[in-house]
Parts: sequence; structure tokens; C-alpha cells
Amino acid sequence: MSVLEIKNLTTTYGPVKALDSVDVAVETGQITAVLGANGAGKTSLLRTVSGLVKPTAGTITLDGTDITGKPTESMVHRGMAHVPEGRGVIAELTIEENLRLGMRGAAKRPTDTPAPVRTLDDAYQLFPVLGDRRNAQAHTLSGGERQMLVIARALLARPTLLLLDEPSLGLAPRIVAQIFNLVRALVNDSGLTVLLVEQNARSALSIAHTGVVLNLGKVVVTESAEVLQNDATLRHSYLGF
Amino acid sequence: MQHFINVLLNGITQGIVIAAFALALVLIFRSTRIVNFAQGSQAMFTTYIALTLMNNDFPYWVAFLGALAAGFIIGAVLERVVIRPLEGGMELNIVIATLGLYVAIQALAAILFGSDYKSFSSPVGVQGFQVGDLNLALTPTSIFVICTVGVVVVGLTLLFQKTQLGLTMRAAAFDGEVSRILGVRVSHLLTFGWALAGLVGSVAGILVATGSFIYPSYMESLIAFGFIAAVIGGLDSPIGAVVGGLILGIVNSLVSGYLAPGLVTIGAFVVLIAVLLLKPGGLFSSTQARRV
Repeated sequence: MSVLEIKNLTTTYGPVKALDSVDVAVETGQITAVLGANGAGKTSLLRTVSGLVKPTAGTITLDGTDITGKPTESMVHRGMAHVPEGRGVIAELTIEENLRLGMRGAAKRPTDTPAPVRTLDDAYQLFPVLGDRRNAQAHTLSGGERQMLVIARALLARPTLLLLDEPSLGLAPRIVAQIFNLVRALVNDSGLTVLLVEQNARSALSIAHTGVVLNLGKVVVTESAEVLQNDATLRHSYLGF
Repeated sequence: MQHFINVLLNGITQGIVIAAFALALVLIFRSTRIVNFAQGSQAMFTTYIALTLMNNDFPYWVAFLGALAAGFIIGAVLERVVIRPLEGGMELNIVIATLGLYVAIQALAAILFGSDYKSFSSPVGVQGFQVGDLNLALTPTSIFVICTVGVVVVGLTLLFQKTQLGLTMRAAAFDGEVSRILGVRVSHLLTFGWALAGLVGSVAGILVATGSFIYPSYMESLIAFGFIAAVIGGLDSPIGAVVGGLILGIVNSLVSGYLAPGLVTIGAFVVLIAVLLLKPGGLFSSTQARRV
């Protein structure tokens, strides 16, 4: 069953079609990776799904409910947590204040939602480095720590669907591996569903179940991650490895 | 010595009122990057509401609270009706709209309440205290003013630092888009921010009027000094507004007490220029450089 169904989605910025009749189904308890080069429409896809950009055509269904054009502010209560590109920590607030904002989103979630991170202590247990510096302003964190903070903040809202926008951007390979392994472990252990957008196709496919390749706003191919990893032609043409 | 102490006491009382008005400006600027030129007119109007209540035999305190409530409501209504429709266009449009409101509200007050001087009584005395041979420039009214602003500052600090609402207001001010993603209803908070600023502005309006006279343009010098204090403090820092207000009040009083009352405005601008030369972002600004 799919948690998220995107059908025929088109988003335009003026005369430019950022997304052109895109179809993506995100299956429950799986990681779906959307891959593609810069400007392929990956970030536009996530921004349209979370309501930051209004689509010109198409529908988005979350858990059977049509959420097309619904306000961004309502998404968190519907079970969607978006981790934006560039990480989106609120740098002037402390680490704990950032996490409290995430926890606020859980208030309207059903209490029986399976969630790996329910309290601030859970978050600090998952990422001890955040606990050590809970009262420091978030701008003092390194890139990898920021990524941990925004993932913890998103999880505190007890989402069923996590949208991750380029979590590997600007991070050292070792940190990327650490974060991707964590995402995979969360999915395996708690039944979380993830829509991951990545330019780093090799890393993304190593944890994803399904891969969707976008090129110039169009879906070129949707395949299991395994098939994509083994298809040399596709890899060379679109994924760059 | 007596002269110096009195000049200082006078400066603190003046400064604290300037601080209250600067706080109102900062409350809006930090969340919207807009300077609300109508803030002083809003405060003036609510002070007339308080006066009207007092003239109808309501006690000072009821009139005071009535003005605060009116300030809160007027702030919210202006944001929804005038400012909100202009969002998304040039920032200058909103600034010009607030300038228009500044003039329009003043004219409206003159039509409704008349443009003559009206006395605004104090709930406590205006007679200076005496310590031994010293006649202090400290009156029960100035203590009342200082305490009231103190309550406002403590209240705002608790709101911003200790409550969920305050946390979401700060989040929305720093990063609106991320806040929306986290489920914060940023547009409601903007309205609330204007309402809160309206309330704080009313406090300043009433305090400067208490024990004195009001007329439709009685807020004008406070408006000018409030802006200068807010800029000295960095425009987006509530602490900066309070410190800026106190600095300015004391400097004004020193200039007036030791040089000449006519030089007060010049003195204020000298302080402003000095601060901007040394720290262009203001004393407590969170940003390093500012667009001009």
C-alpha cells in the first residue's frame, strides 16, 4: 500500500515547467529515492508535496486523503515531516528550542503512531552530541550535527512520512554513511516511510527500496533500487556513477 | 550635586518611556522587517480612548486597561486590513501605507476628540520626593512609569523565553518557511505580533501622557526618540530597545540640563551617528550588516 501517491503532478515557475506530469508512489515502510542531476526537479517535487509550492495540475494523496494545495502548516498534523534542503535549522534558537518546535507538531498526532523518537530524551539518546550541547545556539553546530538536529526535530513530530531533501549535501562521506545508515535503521525498526531526494545516487540507492529517476522535470524510470544499481546504461546516462 | 542627580533621574524616567515605545517598534520589525510609522498615532489614539473613559467617570486603571485592549485590537485590525493585502509586493508599499496611517489616524483623532490641549491626570502624585534638603526630580508618577515599563519588559521576556507561543513567535521571526514546515501558523503570529506591538505602544502613549497634556500630535517627539533608540539597540533586539531608550533618555536629560534644552534633538542625533559609526548594526543587532 502506498502512503503517498503523486499523480500527474505539474509545477511551473512562470514559463518553466519544474515538474511535468510526475507520477510517484511511495510504499509504506519503504525508502523511495528520487534521483537526478541539479535542476531535475527533485526539490520542486518535495516543495510541492509539502504545500510550499502550489501545483498547476495533478493530485497528491497522503494516507488516502487528497492534500493537493493544502497549507504547509497543516502537513505536520497529517503525518508528514519535511526536512528541507540546506537543513533548515533555526540557527538563532538553541538546539533544545529547535527540538521543542518539532515536538509541538506531535500534539495533534494520534498517540498510537509508532514513533522511534517521542521525547527530548529519546532524541538525545539517538544523538548524544545534541544532548551535550542542548542549550547552545544551533549555528554553533557542524554540518553533520545540523543534519542530525533536523532529523531528530522531524521525528519528534511523530510522522508517518519523512521527506528528506539532499541530506548528504556538503557532508563528508563518513558522515553521509552514518546518516544514511540511521535512516535505514529507523525505517527497518519503526515502520517509518521515507521519500528521499538525492543527487548522491550511489549512497541513496544503497539504502533505498525503490528509485525514481527525474530528468528535466519528467520521470525517466521507476525501478527497484537493486535493478537501478545494476543497470550500467541508466547509471551512466542519469546517475553519474 | 542635586542638579546632577535630578538630571539623571529625569533621564531615566524619560528613557524608560522611550524604551517602551522603541519596544513596540522592535516587536514588529523583528518579525516582519517593517518599520511601523503609524505606531505613535495608534498609541495616541488609544490614549484618547483612555481619556474618554476617564471623562466618563471610569477609574484610571480601567481606562488604562481599556486603552491596552484597544491598542491590541487596533494593531491586529491594521495588520489584517491594511498590511496583509500589501504583502508580496515591494516592502516600500507597506512602509508608505504605515506613513499614510500615521497621518490619517492623527487627523481622525483631531476630528473625533478635537485638537486642543487636554489634561491627562495621574493616578498618583506629581509632587517630587524630598530627601533631607534635596528636592528630587522623582515623583510618584515617575516611579509608576518605571514600574509599569518594568512589568512590560518582564512580561515580554517571559512570553518570548518561557512560553510555547513565544518560542513559535521567535521561530517565525527567524525563519518563516521552516516554521511553517514545522506546523507553525506564521500568518496568525504576524497578526498577534502587530496586536502585541499595539498594546506595548499604548503603554508608552499613556505613560508619556500621564500627569501631562495630550493633543493629536503629542507623541511626535516620543516617536522620533523611539525610532532613534530602536536603531541604537539594533532594531531587532528587545534588550537593545530598552538599553537604547535608557541611553537616549539620559543623554537627552544631560544635554537639556547642562547645555541647552534646544540642543536635545541634536544631541540625540549625535548619539545615533556615534553608535552607527562604531557599530553599524546597532548595539544588540543579531545581524552583521544591514541593507540600507
